[in-house]
Amino acid sequence: MEAAKPSLTIAPRRPLIERLGLTGIDGVMLGAAVGLIAFSVFTLATSTRNEIAGRPYYFVDRQALYAILGIALMLAISRFDYTRLREVSVTIYALMVGSIAFVFLVGTAVRGSNRWIDLPLFQFEPSELAKVLLCVSLSALVYERVRRPFGLRATVALLAIGLAPAALVFLQPDLGTGIVLVAIALTILFVSGIPWQHFAAIGATAALLAGGAYAAGSAAGVHFLQGYQQDRLTAFLHPSNDPGDASYQVDQSVIAVGSGEEVGRGNDATQTELLFLPERHTDFIYAVIGERFGFIGSSFVLLLYSILFWRAIRVMRMSASFYGTMIAGGVLAMLAFQVLVNVGMNLGVMPVTGITLPLMSYGGSSVLGTFLALGLLQSIHAQARPNGPRPGASVEGGTLSVSLKQGATFGPRGRRKGLGQ
Amino acid sequence: MYLLDRPEDIPPRLTNRLHVRITIITVVLVAALATVLLRLWSLQVLSGPHYRALANDHGVLDVRVHPPRGEILDDTGKVLVDNRTVMSLELRPSDLPSNGVERGEELRRLGSLLGLSQGAIRRKVRETPQYAGYPVVLRQGLDRRLLFYLLENRDRFPGVSVERTYVRRYQDGSLAAHVLGLVGQISPHQLTRPQYKGLRPGDIIGQAGVEYTYDKFLRGTAGGQRIQVDALGRPRGTLGTRPARAGDNLRLTLNAGVQEVGEAELRAKGLPGAFVAMNVRTGAILGMGSYPTYDPSFYTQPHTRAQYDAFGNRPGDPLVDRADQGGYPTGSAFKPITATAALQDHLISPSTIFDDTGSLDIGGITLHNAGGAANGPVDMSTALKVSSDVYFYNLGLHARASGNGGQIQDWAFKYGLGRKPDIDVPDATAGLIPTPAWRNHVYRSHSNPYIDRRWTQGDNVNLAVGQGDVQVTPLQLARAYAALANGGSLVTPHVGGRIVDVNGRTVKVIKPPAQRHLNLSPETRSVILGGMHRAADEAGGTSYPVMGSFPIPVAGKTGTAQRDGQQDQSWYGVVAPYNDPQIVVTVTVERGGFGVQSAAPIARAILERYFNTRAAGGIDAAAAAAAGPG
Repeated sequence: MEAAKPSLTIAPRRPLIERLGLTGIDGVMLGAAVGLIAFSVFTLATSTRNEIAGRPYYFVDRQALYAILGIALMLAISRFDYTRLREVSVTIYALMVGSIAFVFLVGTAVRGSNRWIDLPLFQFEPSELAKVLLCVSLSALVYERVRRPFGLRATVALLAIGLAPAALVFLQPDLGTGIVLVAIALTILFVSGIPWQHFAAIGATAALLAGGAYAAGSAAGVHFLQGYQQDRLTAFLHPSNDPGDASYQVDQSVIAVGSGEEVGRGNDATQTELLFLPERHTDFIYAVIGERFGFIGSSFVLLLYSILFWRAIRVMRMSASFYGTMIAGGVLAMLAFQVLVNVGMNLGVMPVTGITLPLMSYGGSSVLGTFLALGLLQSIHAQARPNGPRPGASVEGGTLSVSLKQGATFGPRGRRKGLGQ
Repeated sequence: MYLLDRPEDIPPRLTNRLHVRITIITVVLVAALATVLLRLWSLQVLSGPHYRALANDHGVLDVRVHPPRGEILDDTGKVLVDNRTVMSLELRPSDLPSNGVERGEELRRLGSLLGLSQGAIRRKVRETPQYAGYPVVLRQGLDRRLLFYLLENRDRFPGVSVERTYVRRYQDGSLAAHVLGLVGQISPHQLTRPQYKGLRPGDIIGQAGVEYTYDKFLRGTAGGQRIQVDALGRPRGTLGTRPARAGDNLRLTLNAGVQEVGEAELRAKGLPGAFVAMNVRTGAILGMGSYPTYDPSFYTQPHTRAQYDAFGNRPGDPLVDRADQGGYPTGSAFKPITATAALQDHLISPSTIFDDTGSLDIGGITLHNAGGAANGPVDMSTALKVSSDVYFYNLGLHARASGNGGQIQDWAFKYGLGRKPDIDVPDATAGLIPTPAWRNHVYRSHSNPYIDRRWTQGDNVNLAVGQGDVQVTPLQLARAYAALANGGSLVTPHVGGRIVDVNGRTVKVIKPPAQRHLNLSPETRSVILGGMHRAADEAGGTSYPVMGSFPIPVAGKTGTAQRDGQQDQSWYGVVAPYNDPQIVVTVTVERGGFGVQSAAPIARAILERYFNTRAAGGIDAAAAAAAGPG
């Protein structure tokens, strides 16, 4: 009798996803994001052909490049341990404030506002990065105080820290980004557990201050908002005929969206084609979609965004660390606020504020910034408490060791430590 | 690894509070998304068609294509009025930027292109007589570089456009200016009239003369071009065209040669006056002119209101057409009318003799013959030959007049005097034939300081010799003499001959029927015409000095009207040839003295031209073509 030959166990080849270290990726979120950016490239391809004479694919090429870079960035960050950022939160905060301030020194004024820095490949807009950096740094700073009961002083201090970058940005002047930063800060504070009474007090004070300052300022002849900013805010209340007018853009946008009817006008989409709608590849790209692809197309885009939001909320709930919950909250605020305000603006129910549509509007800083934020969400997701059977994980769930182990699995070196498999 | 070092990184149990807060965020988000979706539904599905219509409307520009206006020709086919193309720079003030600073900036840039200051442009806009909302022509005739620059930079100059327009060109300067008339932009009031249906603000229509009367034919039909444009107004493609239809040409009955002679003679005389030369049988007008006159091309160039007013108010009122708007006392030229009344109503017979002692006493006032000449016993024929006032004073004394008429007055009305003639140029005057009712009414209403007493028979006496309140235009006198000459047919005068389209096809022949027929007995006619013939042909006749040597026998009557505060007005009315009248010519010259002095020579010159041309075959063929059968 022969001893059984030891069978050659050929370990099954690990799937590509595992080899890339991407098993923690939320596929649904990835799918929605890719869907959105692909839609963006497609829309630009069909509608900006005549924008720049002789270069019909100018915008398409660039947006596609940003898309690829962005997706790669997102996947790379998803392998990264976000909790390490807590250590350098102050540095990040300083970096953020610094980059905003830097714009004042070397920035190029475009259309009257100072927010871009010329780089070899594209114009870098620090405020896009600032949104993500704020999510990370403010969450970290708040996290320090999470366990102590919140006193009013603490609240105020955190509020100040959170709103400082917004104030700077307002001075650029960049009303849109400033408002988004405020929304991010407030959401993070909301999630962090500040007593609702504090919130009520903040709200009341803010309203009083704003109203009082505006009234006093008007009486004294000082305008806090620049003329055009004021116009843009109120323009959606009274339509006009002058293409240079702020409300003109809103009118044209509404007409464009409405004229799409159910299935859109395809190449007949002349409203957006014939330059009736200025800024159509940035702020008003949703109107382009509305006219070209009609209700079907527009609501499909909304569906994709809703999926992103849903997944972000899910990440908030299943985050392994409260820090992650707050970051996710901030990112959600950033995405949702921008989407709602921009789409609302395109539909004529929101004032014009220069907020771009994440992943859809053309622009390197915006696309990369959004993918950065999504990467953070993916990172939180990857290290989250398990929600069900996942390859390579035990199903005990909820115990320290497992989650730690999981964290160890996807630790900074990115190498797989044995889980006993 | 360091996660292990931090025991406080407890994975958070989802506390109630956190759970609640996340739920709140979720609910808010869902509500917002639902609202957005609802709005989307409302815009695209519910109101979709409405916005679709708006979007379709948007990038479409309808451009009106103006056709060339029909030409105006004389009876031989010589072009009197045609068109020239001119590139005009037009400004639509309502399309300028509403922002004051931007508007000023644009005007400044525009001004530097044109060599005007911003203020000069604004002044020009203010001063140009135009209706609100109509374009203002800033400059007519642009050089190529300026033209191309403006076309290429259209989007930098909202409200400014370069248009090709047709402008009237008058080949012979001021020839027949009053008859030809003017063109101008249609007024807002005119746009409401049914005859101008389909016209738009800025369209050019005839406003005076035959341009006005025959505008419907001359203006053609505007075409259109539907162009797709972008938000900056730049053309992106043509969506459709509707061709314009060129205006039809108008051939007048006017003969340029006759017209030239008449106008030259008046100009040489240098005194205000007018002439009419008309076909006795058809009413076709061969010449009608007034002095002083004007050059109508003034109106084809951009002008300010001040210039416009100044042009019209020049001394001598050049814009007045004295031929059909100048009502004057005619003096003795009225006598054939009086004679007709007297003979037809059997006041007297042709052989009735009055003794012309040179003066007549009426109710204590002594009236004299012109020059105080005493003609002795005269009959009707002789009275006309020597123009005996006394003879006709007698007639006036015995003619009845009451109420709205009288024997002389009724015949005057039958001859077309005192009534607006039905001629195809606008605004002809009715003149005036004084009646008792008229005079008494004016006296009672105190509207005229010169009418300071009621009607008396003296007024009838005045009327008999064409003095006093009577007012007749050269056109009316021509009609009256024509009726006498052609056997009683009061023709309808007309300047228009035929309408011919661009292909040469006759669209319409203008041959209005006679207005009425006067029942003149052959005897009446031959006595009166005979007397007028003797005046021209026999020594002692009032126009013998001028017409005696004329190769063709004529019948003519002089008139010398006394006028308050100025020299006598000279009149002459003549029909020729005497035995088979073809043409009637009437001439009047203000302050011209005796009829034979100023008016008669001018009439002779006109007749010379007419008969010379006719002998050479000129007017003959043309007159036949214009007149048609009979």
